Amino acid sequence: MIRTALSAILSHWRRHPLQLVTLMAGLALATGLWSAVQAINGEARASYARAAEQLGTTVADRLAPEDGSIPLRQYASLRRSGWQLTPVLEGTVRFKRQSFDIMGIDLLSHPLVPALAEAAEQDSAPALDALLPPGRFFAHPETAQMLSAAQSEHPVTQTDRLPRGVLIADISLASRLLRQPDSLSYLIILPDQIPGLTPLEQLAPGLTRIPARNAAADTARLTDSFHLNLTAFGLLSFAVGLFIVQGTIGLSLEQRRSMIRTLRGLGVPMRALVALFAAELAVVALISGIAGLAGGYLVAAALLPDVQATLSGLYGASVDGALSLRLEWVLSGLAMACGGTFLAGAQALYALWRMPLLAAPATQARGQQASNSHLAAAIAGVVCLLAGLTVILIFQGLIAGFVFLSGLMLGAALMLPLLISTGLRIGARLCTRPFAEWLWADTRAQLPGMSLALMALLLALATNIGVGTMVSSFRLTFTGWLDQRLPAEVYVTTTSDEQGERLTQWLEDRGITVLPIRHSDIRYKGAPLRIYGVADDETYRQNWPLLEALPNVWDRVAAGEALLVNEQFARRHDLKPGRTLALAPDWELTIAGIYSDYGNPNGQVITSLAALLARAPDIPNRQFGLRLPAEDVPELATYIREAFEIPRENIVDQVGIKARSLGVFERTFTITSALNLLTLGVAGFAMLTSLLTLWSQRLPQLAPVWAMGLSRRQLAGAEILRSLLLAAITAVLALPLGLVLAWALLAVINVEAFGWKLPMHLFPEDWLRLILLALLAAVVAAALPARRLSRLDPAELLKVFANER
Amino acid sequence: MNVRSIFPFLLAGWATAALPQGYAGLGTEAEGFAVPELGRKLSFPQDHGAHPDFRIEWWYLTANLTDASGRDYGIQWTLFRSALAPGEAEGWQSPQIWMAHAAVTAPDQHLFAERIARGGVGQAGVSADPFDAWIGDWQMRSTGEALEKMEIAASGQEFSYDLRLTAEGPLVLHGEEGYSVKSDSGQASYYYSQPFYQVSGTLDLPGGPVDVTGHGWLDREWSSQPLAEDQSGWDWFSLSFDSGEKLMGFVLRGDSGDFTSGTWITAEGVAEPLPPGAFRAEAGAESDVQGRKIPTSWKATLPDKGVSVEVQALNPQSWMGTSFSYWEGPVTVTGSHSGKGYLEMTGYD
Repeated sequence: MIRTALSAILSHWRRHPLQLVTLMAGLALATGLWSAVQAINGEARASYARAAEQLGTTVADRLAPEDGSIPLRQYASLRRSGWQLTPVLEGTVRFKRQSFDIMGIDLLSHPLVPALAEAAEQDSAPALDALLPPGRFFAHPETAQMLSAAQSEHPVTQTDRLPRGVLIADISLASRLLRQPDSLSYLIILPDQIPGLTPLEQLAPGLTRIPARNAAADTARLTDSFHLNLTAFGLLSFAVGLFIVQGTIGLSLEQRRSMIRTLRGLGVPMRALVALFAAELAVVALISGIAGLAGGYLVAAALLPDVQATLSGLYGASVDGALSLRLEWVLSGLAMACGGTFLAGAQALYALWRMPLLAAPATQARGQQASNSHLAAAIAGVVCLLAGLTVILIFQGLIAGFVFLSGLMLGAALMLPLLISTGLRIGARLCTRPFAEWLWADTRAQLPGMSLALMALLLALATNIGVGTMVSSFRLTFTGWLDQRLPAEVYVTTTSDEQGERLTQWLEDRGITVLPIRHSDIRYKGAPLRIYGVADDETYRQNWPLLEALPNVWDRVAAGEALLVNEQFARRHDLKPGRTLALAPDWELTIAGIYSDYGNPNGQVITSLAALLARAPDIPNRQFGLRLPAEDVPELATYIREAFEIPRENIVDQVGIKARSLGVFERTFTITSALNLLTLGVAGFAMLTSLLTLWSQRLPQLAPVWAMGLSRRQLAGAEILRSLLLAAITAVLALPLGLVLAWALLAVINVEAFGWKLPMHLFPEDWLRLILLALLAAVVAAALPARRLSRLDPAELLKVFANER
Repeated sequence: MNVRSIFPFLLAGWATAALPQGYAGLGTEAEGFAVPELGRKLSFPQDHGAHPDFRIEWWYLTANLTDASGRDYGIQWTLFRSALAPGEAEGWQSPQIWMAHAAVTAPDQHLFAERIARGGVGQAGVSADPFDAWIGDWQMRSTGEALEKMEIAASGQEFSYDLRLTAEGPLVLHGEEGYSVKSDSGQASYYYSQPFYQVSGTLDLPGGPVDVTGHGWLDREWSSQPLAEDQSGWDWFSLSFDSGEKLMGFVLRGDSGDFTSGTWITAEGVAEPLPPGAFRAEAGAESDVQGRKIPTSWKATLPDKGVSVEVQALNPQSWMGTSFSYWEGPVTVTGSHSGKGYLEMTGYD
């Protein structure tokens, strides 16, 4: 009996293969996008953890300075008090035009030493050359290759036990290269301390102890916003995918009503029937889930290079190249697929459970009874909106920002049916011709079946508008900011300080303004901080992108009594102009202004060059900005190149450097636009499936209109018109929602994630294009049902009037 | 046997690579380092301090101690300096590496600890006047004139000690006025001692604090190549007899035969250098120490002085399992003379 029932149930799919494809494609899409995002996130997180582990930061606690760096004296005195510590000095070194992060460690005591020693032994490096000048580097093979291409003075030992992008060297070499003989970035507290030592809090109140596990989370914390962003996109796609699934499951049960009635009439128990349907769903979910996982893996693999570009561009975090298949990822993907399917099918199964034995198929318009549920949904939507609003008003942080966004999006989606039906009612009042009136009313009647798809469309459109506005606003601000930030006509990097001095002299003799670009890297409250020293020059006074400033800001900076801080640093530490900032225990300056500094994950301050040199006389002097009439640039560049033997790539004009910066920017947002497009595609697909679902339910309503004299062709046209109407209303509603979303991204999420607030710009052309795209999707989605309708056998329509259907 | 095969230095990384200069490097060429010269007069207090132009140097204190109940202890406090290149430089650029070993030995217990530090940045070093030798919180510090009165302290995971030393005799210069020959081919070191310390203080052991008194012996030695190529290790004795006389004797084991030398020190502190071959030490019973066979019982003879004694380890398991490992522990002396002392054996594997 069960076997017969099962084969009867499954025979449905043989007759409706397209429906099966839709169902499985919807599920696979939902699972695929979600798992792709998860795979990317998982890979990146694993990569950060690996890097932290490889750098030894997970092994032991760290002791980091509140501000500035740790003086060497303090390290020695802590050692003399019995604490077993090992020093680390971090910074950036340049070889040729390339920058490398360098981590200087004591090769006698750092936890990494055994791994490095092993690598050195395999390299058959002389035992002690790492400790003696010129000194040896240790690096991941990829990084080592770049390093060896950029310099040949220091031999490099390759080991894949180090993360990419970092050079390890003995602290003697690192302090030479960084010219920081007397300071350290942080100290590692080695395990196995002698009991009974004076606590570090007493010995070094200015240093903070950072537990090992948190030290590993440094990169993770920095990039959390990005991963949260991806997760949000993934969830959105998943939700949209589920709309498709919900529609298709509803349709398949609807079409099998008469079969169910027959089976029940033959004595199949309801319980068994529901179990069979559930089993059918489970099988479909599993197969589609696997297909989705495979697709997700491919998508993730395709997107990973862009993600890597984003992460290194925005956060300076490096992620390994390969995507690996993780068991927990497979299991969670399948669980999402099954869970999602049952969630989507629950309503249909429940309806089946409650169906009276001999209930006839729904023939009456369901629209009238739906208005109550519209109201309920709208109330729930308002609650969601208010909840999100409350959270953002009370709490701060990225999570609060995303809660607000979810509240906003979900709330708006839930309010959509009521808004549309109100709109349709108003529309109906405005027209007098019977056909038009029927069209409005019939559209409203269709709303319950369409509302999920329309919600999906709303979300996809709003996300597109919001994210698009954010990215475009960012781009516009960024280009304007680049103009301010890069005012010099040419940027030159010399190969040595001595050459830098000769060049400066030569240029000044010719009356060309030379702006030295010199900096010193310290740590402030455990995070890197770069101090730029600038000369007093009109260039800065006229161009520098200040957001807030005290009066006479540049005079104060030039006098060495004040500094400027970048926006992200000011936000992170709640700094305002007028307050003071201690760069070192004996170096406290007034904050005279805050400047925007997009694309930089780290804190940065600017002070007078003289004041910086008084503290750090040894900082490199190799980068210069030159001011001269633009038409003289090519000639000068050629002359400098030949006279000073500076490599071509070390002389970059303004145009070149801006192009390079914009290139980085564009790559950064590739992943965003890719996900954007995918979401919109999924929403279009949801429309199609909804319309297909409705199609068969609508015959009882279309038949009387047809009987009254409207041709099938007219009906088909009405079908397309209706689809257009709904999409248009949704798109119009999506516009304000998208703008609120853009505002939230720019003013809330960006501030929390990156530390900078961006002005919002409006791009009506983009909206227009998007709305047209939505309408096109609506037409395409309606085309298939409409085509069927126009070719429908009149007998099918007549059947509606027969006793049975 | 080759010296380098005895101390495979890459196992623990650069610390061992830099330090067993201690032994592995002892037999190598002096390459730009200063070498001891016969006839150079040692001058104090300057020579209590470090000599960065020499490859290797140590401040080596051992003491035989007794608590109120008569239980015997030995302690060791050693600071090694090893130069990767001759001379001194500022900060991290300093080529000097410091290492220290501390140990407490009882008949049934041997606890030890090790510290390693870079030179140039203040975490370890030696100043000559006033004398102060330190690494981290381990310290050997003068509290009086030169080396007359000292305090030493060290601590490990399971032990610490705090001792006061008072010299009751003069400094003793070994060899020819401190120029101590180490092989037939002329390898030598500067070498002097203060073997007359009265010691008192407290040992903090896992069982609780113990007040102790006894005698200590400080060795100072520096060189750039104290061992000949073929020499693989040594057995070194510092014996204090109840008569007040003392004997320092060593055997350098080489492929082409052993080289022995030493110093006889009268109760008044007059040093009589012993000609090569005068002092003899014959290994007796071996003990199984950390998987090695090590002679922990010796027969030492110095016929000129009528010395023929049995030297017996207080604790045969006095193995220093440090970056480079060796045996070092207190001994008791019986036979023609009775007394106590310290024995160091290197190059056993």
